[in-house]
Amino acid sequence: MSVTDTAPAENTTGKNTTGKNTNASSTGSRRRRPVNWPRVALHTSALAVLVVLLYPLAWLVATSFKPADEVLASLALLPSRLATENYGTAAEGIEGVTLLQLFGNSLTISLGAVLGNVLSCSLAAYAFARLRFTLRGPLFAFMIATIMLPHHAVLIPQYIVFNQLGMVNTFWPMVLPKFLATDAFFVFLIVQFMRGLPRELDEAAKIDGCGPFGIFFRVVLPLTRPALITTAIFTFIWTWNDFFTQLIYLFEPDKYTLTLALRTFVDTSSQSAYGPMFAMSVFALLPIVLFFLAFQRLLVEGMANSGLKG
Amino acid sequence: MTNASTASTASATATTLPERSRTAADRAGTGTPGTGERRTGRPPQRERQGAAWVFLSPWVLGASVLTLLPMAVSLYLSFTDYNLFDPPSWIGLRNYVQMFTEDPRMLRSVGNTLLYVVIAVPLQLALALGTAVALKSMKRGRNFYRSAFYAPSLLGASMSVALVWRAIFNDGGTVDNLLSGVGVHIGGWVNHPGWALLAVALLTVWQFGAPMVIFLAGLQQIPRDMYEAASVDGAGRWRKFISITLPMLSPVLFFNLVLQTIQSFQVFTPAFAVSSGRGGPADSTLFYTLYLYERGFTASHMGYASAMAWVLLVAIALVTAVLFRTSRSWVFYANEGDR
Repeated sequence: MSVTDTAPAENTTGKNTTGKNTNASSTGSRRRRPVNWPRVALHTSALAVLVVLLYPLAWLVATSFKPADEVLASLALLPSRLATENYGTAAEGIEGVTLLQLFGNSLTISLGAVLGNVLSCSLAAYAFARLRFTLRGPLFAFMIATIMLPHHAVLIPQYIVFNQLGMVNTFWPMVLPKFLATDAFFVFLIVQFMRGLPRELDEAAKIDGCGPFGIFFRVVLPLTRPALITTAIFTFIWTWNDFFTQLIYLFEPDKYTLTLALRTFVDTSSQSAYGPMFAMSVFALLPIVLFFLAFQRLLVEGMANSGLKG
Repeated sequence: MTNASTASTASATATTLPERSRTAADRAGTGTPGTGERRTGRPPQRERQGAAWVFLSPWVLGASVLTLLPMAVSLYLSFTDYNLFDPPSWIGLRNYVQMFTEDPRMLRSVGNTLLYVVIAVPLQLALALGTAVALKSMKRGRNFYRSAFYAPSLLGASMSVALVWRAIFNDGGTVDNLLSGVGVHIGGWVNHPGWALLAVALLTVWQFGAPMVIFLAGLQQIPRDMYEAASVDGAGRWRKFISITLPMLSPVLFFNLVLQTIQSFQVFTPAFAVSSGRGGPADSTLFYTLYLYERGFTASHMGYASAMAWVLLVAIALVTAVLFRTSRSWVFYANEGDR
């Protein structure tokens, strides 16, 4: 891949080029600045990668506007006319459940999960980051280990428990665990962030008469906001996209989420279903795209920090 | 589900150590001024312990009731025949024996998953590293490309994208057309036993943004003067990449490798979408988790599925352990000398 090739070249010359350029201009080559070929190649390949990466998304949006007979037959990316009827069909939803309700179900689960994760993970994180208690070391190690635990190892007993509690085919199995800080990744993320906060603030609050709860709610929690926002957005996106858990727990159409509604299309091979299916897919991706556009910086940095901090 | 941190695990536990010793010092400090001080010093200590458990209580409940207990129960169930309705009956190692000796589909799913991991993870990481190195040298537009390349990592886990993938790699889809254009007639990859798995792997490669972002952050921490010193010594680009970039980046590379490997073992949604949930064609996309789902939730063999879950757990633990073991010979920690 050409991106890789040009990289070290730029890497090393990046600083020096400015020096060379000033030299060149002083010797009188002011008339024409030499073309920086490595840079051109770099930008061209970056653009090429971008096109390949975005193609599936462009394809999705374009196909959602294609008339039924063009979906598979036509090679052109753009539809011959804007077939908005696909969105009309999609709005009717599936099996008597409207798109609005599917959207609402997805939203309820995702927002519930966000609330649960932000609350429970920040509480646990504060204890791990700031408070002393017996077994802190081993418990912290255990918490870290659960990050890598495959979900399948606890899946079946959890299913049995939720089944006994009569919670199968409700939203609880998706939401309740979040209120018990089972997403250890976020506990860890917030712990790392809290460790970066100056301890002097805690001490000052303590002198002012704050107990651990006062310090947490008045001092630490407000300062932890960036980590909490990162937690909230990632939780939202991952819960919104989640398929496996929803597939297992929700089986009646009125409880279906967008993901599960899309799943019912998996078996259909009729061409007429394609347009509405992709119109619905666009709807399903929309919140994520909006979140991404609004918070891209925070998301990218949240991901970068997950690998480096600590 | 993106999980994180193995590289950070080691260092995170390392950072707790000094803190713990600091508390010991604190305690000693408050203790010295006199017995009166100590008396007033103690109760808050205990109070704070109480407070800590209040803060921890949701996590403790979750960790015990939703993690530890289910793990134990699932281990127990793996030695039973259980269909969710009748009480489980103990059958010893029967499930495990059956998995490895009488169930060719199970072995097929193991093979598929391993093949997928071996294809998808190195490709994804190579692309992530390559782009990260390229972007690092870019002055204008770096942040734009970084965000844009990262976007697929957020979208890729969705059913929507999986369905798009199936259509693009179907008969008459974009890939089929492109390849036919240059005279390669494979047809739709998702209908071809030899190619379906590769289509799923490419969906993973498409999401190279997340490791790329982590690589890029790692690259930015390599001191610039190292490259300058190497330039003075007459090192070329390639030499610098091999002798500076790779070793300095090896902890991040290791982190990404462990993370992506663990995640790839659990791939589910794209395989489900591509094969209509059945793992076809000819079981070529029957991934381990897909088969586990089929056994447990379609066929109601909960005992068997529990055994499969434990085999997955042990396999992931083993692979991680092996990666950690080999890391000693190729992961280079720059500040090791300081410790």
